[in-house]
Amino acid sequence: MNELVPTHETGPASLAEPIWKIRWKLTRRSLRQNWEIFKESRIGMLGIILIIAFGIFGAMWPIMINTVWDPMVYDPVVGFDPMMMHPSPPSGTHLLGTDPIGRDILAQLMHSTGREFLLGVLSALITVVIGTAVGTAAAYYGGLIDTFFMRIADIILLFPFIPLLVVVGAMVKLSFLPFAIIMGVLGGFGGITIILKAQALSVSVRPYIDAARVAGGSNFHIIVSHIIPNVLPLSFLYMMFSVTSAILSEATLSFFGVLNIDMSWGMMIHTADVAGYLFDFARYWWLWAPAGLAITLFCAAFYMVGRGLDEVVNPRLRKR
Amino acid sequence: MALPAATESKDVILEVSNLSKYYPVNQGFFTRQKSLLHAVDNVSFQVNRGEVLGLVGESGCGKTTTGRLIVRLATPTSGRILIEDTDVAEIKGQDMMEFRQKVQMIFQDPYESLDPRMTIFDIVAEPLNVNGIGTFEEREAQVEEMLSLVGLAPPSAFLFRFPHELSGGQRQRVAIARALVVRPSFVVADEPTSMLDVSIRTGIMKLMAQLREDLGISYLYITHDLAVARYLCDRIAVMYLGKIVELGNSEDIVKRPLHPYTKALISAVPVPDPAIDRPLPNIKGGVSKPIDPKPRCRFYDRCPESADSCAEAENPELRDIGGGHLVACHLL
Amino acid sequence: MDTLLRLEDLTMHYKTKAGWVQAIDNVSFSLHRGQSLGLVGESGCGKTSVAMSIMRLLPYNAKLVKGRVLFGGHDLYTLSDEEVRQLRWKEVAMIFQAAMNSLNPVYSVGNQIVEAIVTHEPETGEDEARERVKSLFELVGIPKERMDHYPHEYSGGMKQRAVIAMALACNPSLIIADEPTTALDVIVQDKILREIEEIRRTINMSMIYISHDVSVIAEVSDIVGVMYAGRLLELGPADDVFKRPKNPYTYSLMNAYPSILGEKHDLVTIPGEPPNLLDPPTGCRFHPRCDWATKECREVEPAWREITKGHYLACHNPVRTEHGTAHNKTARRAPGKGGDGIGTSGGN
Ligand SMILES: Nc1ncnc2c1ncn2[C@@H]1O[C@H](COP(=O)(O)OP(=O)(O)OP(=O)(O)O)[C@@H](O)[C@H]1O
Ligand SMILES: Nc1ncnc2c1ncn2[C@@H]1O[C@H](COP(=O)(O)OP(=O)(O)O)[C@@H](O)[C@H]1O
Ligand code: SF4
Ligand code: SF4
Ligand SMILES: [Mg+2]
Ligand SMILES: [Mg+2]
Repeated sequence: MNELVPTHETGPASLAEPIWKIRWKLTRRSLRQNWEIFKESRIGMLGIILIIAFGIFGAMWPIMINTVWDPMVYDPVVGFDPMMMHPSPPSGTHLLGTDPIGRDILAQLMHSTGREFLLGVLSALITVVIGTAVGTAAAYYGGLIDTFFMRIADIILLFPFIPLLVVVGAMVKLSFLPFAIIMGVLGGFGGITIILKAQALSVSVRPYIDAARVAGGSNFHIIVSHIIPNVLPLSFLYMMFSVTSAILSEATLSFFGVLNIDMSWGMMIHTADVAGYLFDFARYWWLWAPAGLAITLFCAAFYMVGRGLDEVVNPRLRKR
Repeated sequence: MALPAATESKDVILEVSNLSKYYPVNQGFFTRQKSLLHAVDNVSFQVNRGEVLGLVGESGCGKTTTGRLIVRLATPTSGRILIEDTDVAEIKGQDMMEFRQKVQMIFQDPYESLDPRMTIFDIVAEPLNVNGIGTFEEREAQVEEMLSLVGLAPPSAFLFRFPHELSGGQRQRVAIARALVVRPSFVVADEPTSMLDVSIRTGIMKLMAQLREDLGISYLYITHDLAVARYLCDRIAVMYLGKIVELGNSEDIVKRPLHPYTKALISAVPVPDPAIDRPLPNIKGGVSKPIDPKPRCRFYDRCPESADSCAEAENPELRDIGGGHLVACHLL
Repeated sequence: MDTLLRLEDLTMHYKTKAGWVQAIDNVSFSLHRGQSLGLVGESGCGKTSVAMSIMRLLPYNAKLVKGRVLFGGHDLYTLSDEEVRQLRWKEVAMIFQAAMNSLNPVYSVGNQIVEAIVTHEPETGEDEARERVKSLFELVGIPKERMDHYPHEYSGGMKQRAVIAMALACNPSLIIADEPTTALDVIVQDKILREIEEIRRTINMSMIYISHDVSVIAEVSDIVGVMYAGRLLELGPADDVFKRPKNPYTYSLMNAYPSILGEKHDLVTIPGEPPNLLDPPTGCRFHPRCDWATKECREVEPAWREITKGHYLACHNPVRTEHGTAHNKTARRAPGKGGDGIGTSGGN
């Protein structure tokens, strides 16, 4: 850390470097320290490895379709292989077989990965931004604001939104982006608000908040400079869990066929289902197992990263 | 209510009159009846410019609450606080900034009073930042000067550390630097040494005394330790269940206590000399909470000297019995 | 007088991720039946660790490096677990640090003590145990009607008394009290300390008091041991240690705190902070903060030796002045500047 210490030779008011440079170094150092702690968590590292693997898997899609695979055959939505009967079991040409209407399963899996990332991260981001803002405001101002947002959270938590979306979705089919936003907003006003509010509440009664007030800080200053920075690590942790819940909801709704999405892991199982192949699921395992496994592993990966982050965020779990 | 002998008003930096703070409390799960906890109950005192007034009493007697009322972290139920002739309750808008620069507070727990995500530089510069004082370079110079003043030298070795990288004593020095960087004229210090190790406490106590000399600050020094109050304070006010029961010069209070509670408190302080056999403190029972107290003397239930008349009479007022020594007891 | 407890060169380390914490280093003392010993030192200096070693209640990461703990002639660390369990509570009881929070909130206070008696003395019936609890409550000054109340209905001082009653339940010959009154107000503290002392005198029990508060130790101990960074620096009769402290740390500690008696005197500040026990200083562990330190102190560990009858010391340059007359020694330091933190860069 000594590289951070400015020299003190030219009298007072003489930072050796511009302040932004010092702050940048401090940020890098604290990231490095947190990474050191995170690295100790096996489950967290496993999650990271899985996410990287999914990343590579998803990134291979544009390469494969532009070089090795013939788009006529391997397109995940409109491709068709006229050379064989469908659904065909795994073979040399189709490593994971084809679906009932002749599309390559591996291509579908790869193609969907990128969108699952987008969906998960986008909706989790929305969730966390809303949850942090609302939770902090509710905790700091209390009173009516608090009551109002807590009732909304109760409604979202108690209301069966997935079944409702199934019914609504049967009438107006949601496409990808609106769905991500709706999931994000529902998540943000739901359970996460309560958790982040609890955290903000415990931060806002700390003596350093009183100290900031005595220093002359306005409410805005206190929220932005003290409460939010101390809530953010927990927000970030819950972001990981939000990814999991967004992906699972998407899979569920796609399975019911109520989303206007041309291809996703949930859609793949849906396709197998409407064609009636799930009744003999053991024989036609390649129709559902790859997508099912991808959903499970993908969700597990983010969950595991969350568990690893928990060690960083909640020092009481630290062994030192 | 009788106030201490009229000092010239320009010398008085803080004047507290008839200050009260009641908190509503719920008694039990099923009753909807609200009770009132009299945390601070009709308290009056003054602090002169350049003076240190000690506020001493057992845990829960209302010391911290008094301090928080003065720096406006809480609003009084009734009563008035004048700081340099300005009514604290009426400060608004722009004047608030001026008030924050004039009146500061040092908190008890150095492990909790510094934001763990801020560097020492940001913590000490915060009062300057939020009040828009100076340019960045000027703030930096002031922060460095303040850090050297509180004994964190060279400042450059501390500026960009985080609180968890400092020891308890160093943290408390940072907290002191933050309070003093705006050059306040009045500081409420809430037990700044009680969470620190013995060998580190003395350093902080000496620092507080030194800064008072150098910067001419007046303190309200809150502590539960009479020996510390005696060492640091010019005058001592003894609090019991929300009321000041005795107020006077430190040596008078410690050597010639008059109120039965002060006497008991002083005789209960352990002394670091095995040869001395302290007399048994003369007091009954344990502390209770001042929830809906009876109007009579708060100390009646534990008082060894109480007369039957005390049970009937109203709570005794604080009276000057000569030489600026004030006592609240019917029998004196 | 017969020796009840004897520690011989006790050395104990804790294994942590960062390395071995040298929490106790060569601690030796003996305690007679009926005597009270006060262990004083700052937080983290190893007081609780010594107590836990005597109780043989060390955590799994602790390692007894060398030394012995002899209780009534038995080496505690050669006894079987069962034999040690027999000794605990019946022979050695402990009042834990922050013990008032250690009462179980879902059982009444009386029942918890009855329970403790019945488990440790299976031959005692429940009714007999209840009777004993009643007399214990009287002894420590809790009305016996409050036996069936729950801990949350007790004040802090009453809980602390209840914990003391629990320690007394099986008539042990030694009680170790770790910071028994630290969380309490002075008036309550005074009452409780007086009560413990009276009980101790009447039943001729031994006592080890642990505290960071020199005054508390002065009031209740026959002999005083001063610990610093895992080592005993000085141990002797209370009068001797307080009137004629020989070790500079003892001397500073005695003068570091203001007193309510006598004239206001200048306070001694000890610069710096206690060391990190992962990597304690060489030689005398106090040397980085000691005004008396010489080259020898930095290199050679001072031997633990008896300087007068019963007064032990580890120091190369003992203080010669009488207590309270050597303040010129500290006048060298600028007030307020001598505290912690001077030039201490790098880490905590
Ligand atoms: N926000 C609050 N709501 C209800 N009661 C309160 C509140 N703040 C303080 N009290 C009560 O007011 C009384 C005085 O509290 P205060 O914190 O001022 O005591 P203190 O003298 O500073 O004690 P200590 O020495 O333990 O710091 C106590 O009985 C306390 O429980
Ligand atoms: N279970 C443990 N594991 C690792 N280190 C410990 C453990 N318990 C105590 N220590 C360390 O041992 C030293 C002595 O601690 P302790 O005996 O609790 O001191 P005291 O009671 O004097 O405050 C300290 O440095 C402390 O951090
Ligand atoms: S007024 Fe009466 S009860 Fe109160 S302190 Fe004086 S003698 Fe005791
Ligand atoms: S041995 Fe040396 S350093 Fe240690 S206490 Fe004695 S004089 Fe000080
Ligand atoms: Mg307080
Ligand atoms: Mg301890």
